[in-house]
Amino acid sequence: METPIYGLTVRDVTKHFKRSKKPEHKLRFFEKIKRILKPEKEIIRAVDGISLDVNIGEIYGILGANGSGKSTLIRLISTLLLPDSGTIHVFGDDVVSNSMKVRRVMNRVSVEASFFKRLSSAENLIYAARLYGISSSEAHKKAESILERLGFEAKRMDEEMEALSRGMQQKVAIARALLTTPMLLLLDEPTTGLDPKSKRDVQAFIEEIRNDRNAVIVLTTHDMVEAERLCDRVAIIDNGKFIADGTVKELLAMAPPKEKTTTTLEDVFIYLTGKELEEGDA
Amino acid sequence: MLNIRRETIISYAFIERNFNLLKRYLNWEILFFSYSIVNALTIGLIMVGRGSSQDVLYLVIGALIWGFLSIMMREVSDAITWERWEGTIEYTFMAPIYRITHLVGSCFFAILYGLLRTGLVLAIMPLFFGEHIDLGSANWFTMGVTVCVSSLSFIGIGLMAAIFPLLSPEKGQAATGILQSVLLLISGIYYDITVLPDWLQPLSHISPATYTLRSIRAAMLENASIESQAGNLLLLLVIGIVLIPFGFWIFHLAENYAKRVGRLKRSG
Ligand SMILES: Nc1ncnc2c1ncn2[C@@H]1O[C@H](COP(=O)(O)OP(=O)(O)OP(=O)(O)O)[C@@H](O)[C@H]1O
Ligand SMILES: [Mg+2]
Repeated sequence: METPIYGLTVRDVTKHFKRSKKPEHKLRFFEKIKRILKPEKEIIRAVDGISLDVNIGEIYGILGANGSGKSTLIRLISTLLLPDSGTIHVFGDDVVSNSMKVRRVMNRVSVEASFFKRLSSAENLIYAARLYGISSSEAHKKAESILERLGFEAKRMDEEMEALSRGMQQKVAIARALLTTPMLLLLDEPTTGLDPKSKRDVQAFIEEIRNDRNAVIVLTTHDMVEAERLCDRVAIIDNGKFIADGTVKELLAMAPPKEKTTTTLEDVFIYLTGKELEEGDA
Repeated sequence: MLNIRRETIISYAFIERNFNLLKRYLNWEILFFSYSIVNALTIGLIMVGRGSSQDVLYLVIGALIWGFLSIMMREVSDAITWERWEGTIEYTFMAPIYRITHLVGSCFFAILYGLLRTGLVLAIMPLFFGEHIDLGSANWFTMGVTVCVSSLSFIGIGLMAAIFPLLSPEKGQAATGILQSVLLLISGIYYDITVLPDWLQPLSHISPATYTLRSIRAAMLENASIESQAGNLLLLLVIGIVLIPFGFWIFHLAENYAKRVGRLKRSG
C-alpha cells in the first residue's frame, strides 16, 4: 500500500536522557564517596513514543508545560539530537541517514535567540546565510525585507546585538530562519518572554507565512491563545507523550461543557493533564 | 558529490566571522598581543648577559614558535567554546555543511591569525633586544617551509582538542590547556630534550613540536638549508598526514556522542 508523503512524519520517537539523581536526604561522608565512584542515574523520558504527521501548508501546534518535551522533539527533528528509537522523515528523507538533505530544507527558531552578541545583526545574518550558500548581498537584501515586515527598523542592523532588546533579537532570529526559505520551519516558543508589542508583531508575521501555505510549520508554545489563533491542529504534550491531538475544535469538544462560559483550550488542557500552564505568560 | 567551489565559499563564512569577532574585541586582542611580547621578552632576557646572542635567540625562538603552535592548537577549540557559550553551535550544526568544510574554515583562520600575530611579535623583538638578536644568518625559506609543514600536525592536534569544549564548555578549555602543557614539557621548547628524564624522552620523539623546533632553530641560528632538514620535515609531514584525518574522525565521534546524549544545548 502506498503511504502518502507528508512534509513531516514522526513515528514512535523516543529520547531518554540520563541525569545524576539528587539525593533524597543529606549524605554521609562515605555515601558521598560512593556517589563519586558510582553516580546514581535517573532516566528522564523527555520524548516517549511520539508520532505525528504534518502536511505542507499546515501549522501544527505543540502545547505543553515546562519540561514536557517540546524542545527535545524539535531538536530531534532538526538533527541536533539522535533518537533512541523511532523514525523521523522530512519530505520523505530520514533525518538520521539523510541529514544533509534534510538540513537544506529546514530551519528553526528557538526560545533563546543565540547569536554572537558582539556582532551586528547584519554580520550574524550574513554568517548564517553563507552556511546555506547564500551570498552576503542577497542575504542583506532578504534580511532587510523580512525585518521590515516584522517591524524592525533596517537601519539598526549594524548595531551590536547586545544593544537590542529581547524582542528585537527574536525578530532577527526569525529573519535568520526565513532567510534560507525553509520548507520546514520549526518554531520553538518563538514568542515566549516577548513584550506584548513584539509578540503581536511575531504572531502577525507567522500568520502571514501561513497564508502563503507553502511550508510545513511546527510551533511549540505554552500560550493557549497563541495556539488557538495560529494553529490548524494542536497536540497536547505531557511528560514526553501526546495525550490529545486534533483541530482546536476537536480539542475543545474533549472537555465537559461549562454552563456559563464557552470552553477554552486552557480548560481542555487542565482537564486532560490536571495541570495549570505557566502563569503570567498566556 | 563534494562541490569544492561551493565548500570553499562556505568555509570562508568562518574566516569572515572570526575576523569580525576579532575586530569587535580589538582591545582584548591588543592585550593578548602585548602579553605575547612581554612573554617573549621575559624568556629572552633570561639569557641576556649570561649567554651569547645565539642563546638569547634560542629562547626567543622557543617563545615565539610555542606561541604560534599554541594558537594552532587552541583556535579551533576556542571557536567551539565560544559557539557553545553563545548557543550558536546548534545553528552551525544544523546548517547543511560538511563538518570538514566547517573545520577547514576554522583551521585556515587559525593559521592566518597565528602567522599574523607571531610575525608582528617577531618584528618587534629587535627593538627590545638590539644586538642580542641577530637574524643575519637566518634561512627564512627553511623556516617558512617548516612552519607550513608543522601547521598540519598542530591542526590535527587542534581538532582533537576541540572535542573537549564540544563535550563540556565549562571544563573543555582547561582540558585543552593540560594537553598543551604536556606538549610544552616534552617538546624541548626552551631546552634540549636530552635533559628530560629517560622515561620521558620517548614521548619527545612522537611530539611534532620537537621536530618543528629543531628545524626552525637550525634555520634561524645556523642558516640550515632545506635539504639538511629534509628528514625532519618528512617526519613532520607524516605526523601531519596521520593526525589530520585522525582529528576529523575523533571530532566526528564526539559530535555523534554529543547528539546522542544531548550535550549541545545550553538552555531552552
Ligand atoms: N540535553 C539534555 N540533557 C539532559 N536532560 C535534558 C536535555 N534536554 C532536555 N532534558 C530534560 O528533558 C525534559 C524535557 O525537556 P524539554 O527541554 O524538551 O522541555 P520543554 O517542553 O521544551 O520545556 P520548556 O517549556 O521549559 O522549554 C526535561 O526534564 C529536561 O530537563
Ligand atoms: Mg523548550
